[in-house]
Amino acid sequence: MNEIWAGLQAALFLVFTLDKDLVEITLRSLQVSLSALVIAAAIALPFGTWLAIRRFRYRRATIAALNALMGLPPVVVGLIVYLMLSRSGPFGVLGLLFSPTAMIIAQVIIIAPLIASITHQAMRELWAEYHDLLISLNTTKRQRIFTLIRDGKRALLTAALAGFGRAIGEVGAIMIVGGNIDHATRVLTTAIALETGKGDFALALGLGFVLIALAMLVNFAIHALSRTEREGTW
Amino acid sequence: MVNPTMSANLSQVIVKRRGSVILGPIDLTLARQGITIVLGPNGAGKTTLLKVLHGVERISSGSVDWSVPDELARQSQAFIFQKPTMLRRSVRENLAYPLQLLDYKKAEIAERVALWAHRIDLGDMLDRSAPRLSGGEQQKLALGRALIRDPDVLFLDEPCANLDARSTREIEKLLVDAQSSGTRIIMTTHNIGQARRLANDVLFLLNGKLHEQGAALAFFKEPKTPEAKSFLEGDIVE
Amino acid sequence: MIRVLAIFCILFSTSLRAETIKLAVTTSFHNSGLSDILLPEILADTGLEVQLLVVGTGQALRLGEAGDVDAVLVHSKQAEVDFVANGFGTHRREIMYNDFVIIGPASDPSNIQNAKSADAALSQIASHKAAFVSRGDQSGTHKKELGLWQAANLDPEAFGGWYRSVGSGMGASLNIASSMNAHILSDRASWLNFGNKGALGLLFSGDPQLANQYAYIPVNPERHKHVNSSATIILEKWLTSRAAELLINGYEIGRQPLFVFNASPTR
Repeated sequence: MNEIWAGLQAALFLVFTLDKDLVEITLRSLQVSLSALVIAAAIALPFGTWLAIRRFRYRRATIAALNALMGLPPVVVGLIVYLMLSRSGPFGVLGLLFSPTAMIIAQVIIIAPLIASITHQAMRELWAEYHDLLISLNTTKRQRIFTLIRDGKRALLTAALAGFGRAIGEVGAIMIVGGNIDHATRVLTTAIALETGKGDFALALGLGFVLIALAMLVNFAIHALSRTEREGTW
Repeated sequence: MVNPTMSANLSQVIVKRRGSVILGPIDLTLARQGITIVLGPNGAGKTTLLKVLHGVERISSGSVDWSVPDELARQSQAFIFQKPTMLRRSVRENLAYPLQLLDYKKAEIAERVALWAHRIDLGDMLDRSAPRLSGGEQQKLALGRALIRDPDVLFLDEPCANLDARSTREIEKLLVDAQSSGTRIIMTTHNIGQARRLANDVLFLLNGKLHEQGAALAFFKEPKTPEAKSFLEGDIVE
Repeated sequence: MIRVLAIFCILFSTSLRAETIKLAVTTSFHNSGLSDILLPEILADTGLEVQLLVVGTGQALRLGEAGDVDAVLVHSKQAEVDFVANGFGTHRREIMYNDFVIIGPASDPSNIQNAKSADAALSQIASHKAAFVSRGDQSGTHKKELGLWQAANLDPEAFGGWYRSVGSGMGASLNIASSMNAHILSDRASWLNFGNKGALGLLFSGDPQLANQYAYIPVNPERHKHVNSSATIILEKWLTSRAAELLINGYEIGRQPLFVFNASPTR
């Protein structure tokens, strides 16, 4: 209990003095995870929507694969990306290992299936609702996708925020591909791992509380949006 | 844009679902004008017939021929479902939607939206969220949205089934107005009173087959088949 | 969405001011706190930004083999010699040494404080079947520990449940030892700097067998063309310079000097 209290104090101290290192790694955490979110969403949102309305032979298999990818252990993703980006690996020439870019790549791979899956579920529901009307109005596939995306904006935002939550709290993959280099690839989660390893629990907890606050903010945002979404239908 | 020469011809149409026949064989030639009411007990195949005519139900055999090419036919038809589908947008945006799909200019869209909003008596609710309207208001909005692009044919599937008296009356008035502007109306209902009020001719369906058809006056006064007679008297007909 | 993109662009500013070099070091070295002293000085004196990858010796050497780092600083002589012999590194340059210590429950239930030598101390722990945490990660510390068991004619493979091989870095392993109140072999600097000592204490030290030599090995540019060899030369020069000597010899934790600079002036 003492340690938790010490951690809380450490957190407040860091935040109120706007500790330089804290600000740096918090910004970097946001940079990495937000970038991963933007890229993953750009891929996953249209894909999930398209999957909801398109009928093709391997549809069930694709959806099963997507759901399976959601269960990929992040640390395994990290290991594979590391082997790909290592100088001895296929993409070594790009020199991306141990950089924020490598971390972004790993996180995109981790959260894209999640975003696509949630998007797909939401768009299926919306498509079921709009199906008869849109068919009757003789809409093209393109018009359907745009209509669904526009009217499903809230659900899509929820999917994106869920992906962000996953990314900001991830530690295994980015530790491996980022290397937790001070002033280069250290973020909140990897810093917590480091300080814990040094036995400096107060500082680790302090960082942890900052991370919790960030994650909670995101989750409250999801909550607020979902409720508004539900109100809209009844 | 109403094309008074559009008519339909169904020839030996059969619709199967899960192996069993739910509609057909049907042979039918639709008149060119007026309001056709499709009557019959539940499960007779009324909705299926409407969907076949509109081209959204696959037929197992037979043919459906409109006097114009299929693409054009679809474009000039509209369908009203029993439970209206509201886009999760405002009343105004719902009305504008079909016109946006057809790339109408903004100015013309605004003009038509204003006109029809007034006609369906939702003029002061343009910015309300459509899913939040009452049942009657939603159905009127659906009707306005259907008529806003001047369709040649309007299909309605039990449009007033869930509505109160006032809304029913308003919908019926809109239908009559649409018909006098030249829109062909084909509607199902199991409200006999409504059928009497609106029909120019009647199609009576029973067990997926066209049991009787004829001009409205004659049908209601002196139905030819005993099943139709029982139905009109309010009996349960199988 | 646009707002998100804007924030991302603002945050994403790559600083191209200093030249960088990637150096893989061991957790023992990093946890001693010495790197926090040296790195800013290196930047100020040479303009080199040293990016530290803190991993175990085993992983550090693997990174060197793969060419993912420019140089390594580790403390496992045999592994280092093999590394250079196999052509992965250009040469081995000794920089400094510190010592290992045996940590255990402060009450010393196995009575190792009076042991005659390091391997004798470990023998006593084994005969008492007292809880012992091993790094287990092919690190320099781990290899030293295995060497001591060998000197005592004991085979860790045959040990019972009291011997815990954790496969973690120095700090993490100390954490585990602390919560289990177990013995552990650690480098002195990491122990002094460790923040969670619990009921543990320093029980045995001083045996020459416990000396711990750190060496610097640049990755062979003939194996990996992209290696920043000019930077590795500059860094080596600095690490063997008078400035480094003063800083390293002068580094203390709690008034205790930890490292002894022993680089020779030439290769």
